This record gives sequence, structure tokens and C-alpha cells, in this order.
Amino acid sequence: MNPATLYGLCGAALVGIGLYGLLTEPRLLRKIIAFNLVGSGVFLLFGVVARRGADAGLGGDPVPQALVITGIVVAFSATALAVTVLLRLHEAGGGVSFDDRAGDEGKERTTS
Amino acid sequence: MSLELNYELLVALLVLTTAGWSVAARDSYSATVGFVSYGLLLAIVWMQLQAVDVALTEVAIGSGLTGLLLLGAAARLRAAEARVVARPSAMLRVTAALACAGLSVALAYTVLSLPRAAPSLAAEAVAALPATGLGNPVNGVLMAYRAFDTLLEKVVLVLSLVGVWSLAPDAGWTGRPRLLHPFADDGVLPFLARTLPPLGLLLGVHLMWNGADEPGGAFQGATVLAAMWLLVLMAGLGEAPQVSARWVRAAAVAGPATFLAVGLAGMGVAGAFLAYPEPHAKALILFVEVPMMLTIALVLALLVAGPPESAPGR
Repeated sequence: MNPATLYGLCGAALVGIGLYGLLTEPRLLRKIIAFNLVGSGVFLLFGVVARRGADAGLGGDPVPQALVITGIVVAFSATALAVTVLLRLHEAGGGVSFDDRAGDEGKERTTS
Repeated sequence: MSLELNYELLVALLVLTTAGWSVAARDSYSATVGFVSYGLLLAIVWMQLQAVDVALTEVAIGSGLTGLLLLGAAARLRAAEARVVARPSAMLRVTAALACAGLSVALAYTVLSLPRAAPSLAAEAVAALPATGLGNPVNGVLMAYRAFDTLLEKVVLVLSLVGVWSLAPDAGWTGRPRLLHPFADDGVLPFLARTLPPLGLLLGVHLMWNGADEPGGAFQGATVLAAMWLLVLMAGLGEAPQVSARWVRAAAVAGPATFLAVGLAGMGVAGAFLAYPEPHAKALILFVEVPMMLTIALVLALLVAGPPESAPGR
């Protein structure tokens, strides 16, 4: 097994770990973190494809590498937006999780 | 198994452990710390995959800025999250675990059955590189071959900033974002905020300038600049600008606007949208990169800073 394949398997496992967190964790902040794990796992798969495409004296195919760089920046923008929505939801009296018992104090209140 | 693969196996295991930790940790603050370490380890993986540009981006944005954002959120939600007690039933967790394991196995199978002769655009990317005047093929892809992606990504950054600002409470609309660090008074943070920015500024500009030929580029340089600014803001040595200030809005669109203008000019001069006339390609790319770097630095920092709040008497 070469290193690229090893890291490919690692990326596959990361997608699984992240998705598990996304499905089972009731807290919204943790869902955001888990979603980022899924994303970075997918990026890693891209990186493996790039490494396998090493050619012309380069260590990897620059096209998927550049796509991953764009992807990381977009993932950050989405995370920032998600975190801000969550903080506002909390400030406005909403819950911080999908668990029914938390955020009770704000449940009946309608937010403007 | 060679010694080198042992090292790689160790890195992969550490990556998986920190990933598992940031899902399983009880407390969100610990989970976020795990996530930051995870990002740093992932950067080592990117180095091993010979993708230095990606490693720089992962450290700066994936681990650094995302980590800062999540740490701030975890600290603010700590009390509320402590009240969350319910865990999904064992049945649900087992089902989810099986489904996720199935997905991972399917992906792993795909990785193992990738075609032996890997398709690659590396040769084409290198062959056309002299026409752009750049020496770093990754930057060539970002700024020339797939410039449209990069342009749209700038637009995404600006749109998400608009999104974050739209979440401001009514009273905060003319205010400033506030991100004073709880430990701002202990001396270390203000000290760092006074000593690091000159070096950071130099490093940021160096990364951008050198990114033409070496790993680095406008993104990574801009992230360093954003980090320096955030350091000053968190130490309480400066105030975030009012989001209604004209210069903030002008700077936020300067990068994509210049890019778009050069791209449209390319239609007339070079015959295609976002095409550069060959002898001036390098100069035009720099002309686009400088305002782009300022925009990225500003937008990244303001995304971390969050929506404006009404100024309390502080």
C-alpha cells in the first residue's frame, strides 16, 4: 500500500466519522464541527486523486489541489454563516440543540 | 512495511483519533480544541501528499480561522449546552454507526479501485504555465485556468459576509462587531498583538508575492493579515470598523470587482471572459491579486468577528 492509498482510506473513514456525528449529535455546534469533518474527508479524497496524478515533475495534479483550496475557503464561509445563525438563534431565545428539553425557556416565545 | 509508511500510518491514526475526539468529546470547547489539532495534523497529511499550497490553506483557514470562530461560539454557548442531556437512543446510534461505516467502506473500496493509470492534468498545466508568467502551477490554476472558480469564490465570501451582517439585531445595525477576548487583560495577548503584526504583515505580503512561483498565494497571505488584525481586535487594542462605513463596503467588493473588470476587459482584448492578453498576463494577475488579497483579509476577519452589535457602554 502506498501513502496516497493509506490517506485515501483515512479520508473515507473521516467521512464516516463526520457523518456519524452529524446524525447522532443533538447539539447544533457539534453538528457544524461534524459537517466540517465530512468536508475535510472529501477534500482528502481529492488530495489522493491529485497525488496519484503526479506528472510532469510535479508532486501532484495542481487542478484538484486548487479546487481543494477554493473548497476550504468556501467551507469556512459556510461555517461562519452557520455559527452566526446558531449564535443569533441562541440570543433570540431559541435552543442550541435538537434535544427537546434544552432551550425550553425560549420555546414558546416567538422571535421577531 | 517500510519505516516511512509506519510514520504515515501514525499520522493517519492521529488524524482519525482527533476527528473521533471532536465528535465524541462531551464538552464543545474540548471538541473544538480537538478540531484545531485535527486541522494541524491534516496539514501534515497534505504535506505528505506534496500539496504544500493546500497544507498552508488548511493550517491558516481550515484549522486557524475556523478554530477561532468555533472556540468563540463554544465559549458563548457553554452554559446553554450544559443543559442538553438527551442522547439519541442506542438503537439509533447503532443504526447510524452501521450506515456511516457502510459509507466509509464504499468510499474505501472506491479508493482501492481507482484506475491504475491515474488521469492527470499536470502535464497540460505545466505546459501552459509560461504563458501566464507564473511559476507555481497551483496559482496558475487558481488565477488563470480556472479563474472563474476563484472569482465566484470571492463572490461567495462577500455574500456570506452579507449573510452574517443581516443577522445583526436591529439595534446593532449601525454598530461594530465586538470580539474582546476574555483574557485580553492578562498582558500576554496585548503583548503579542503589539509585537507580531509587523512580522505578520511582512509574512502575509511575502506569501502573496512569492505565491507566483513558490507555494503560497493571495489566500494564504490574506489569512495571515486577517489573523494579525483579529489579534489586535481581540487584545482590545483596536476596534472593528462600523459595518456601515463606506470604506469597509468598498474594500469588501474591491477584489471581486477588479477581477470582474479585468475579466470583462479580457473579452475585448484577449477574446474571452477572464482571458489575459499574453505578454501582460503576469502584470494583470498581480493587478487582480493585490485588491483581492485586501478583500479576502477584510472579509475573513469580519466573518470571524460576526454581526455588528449595539455598542454597550464599554
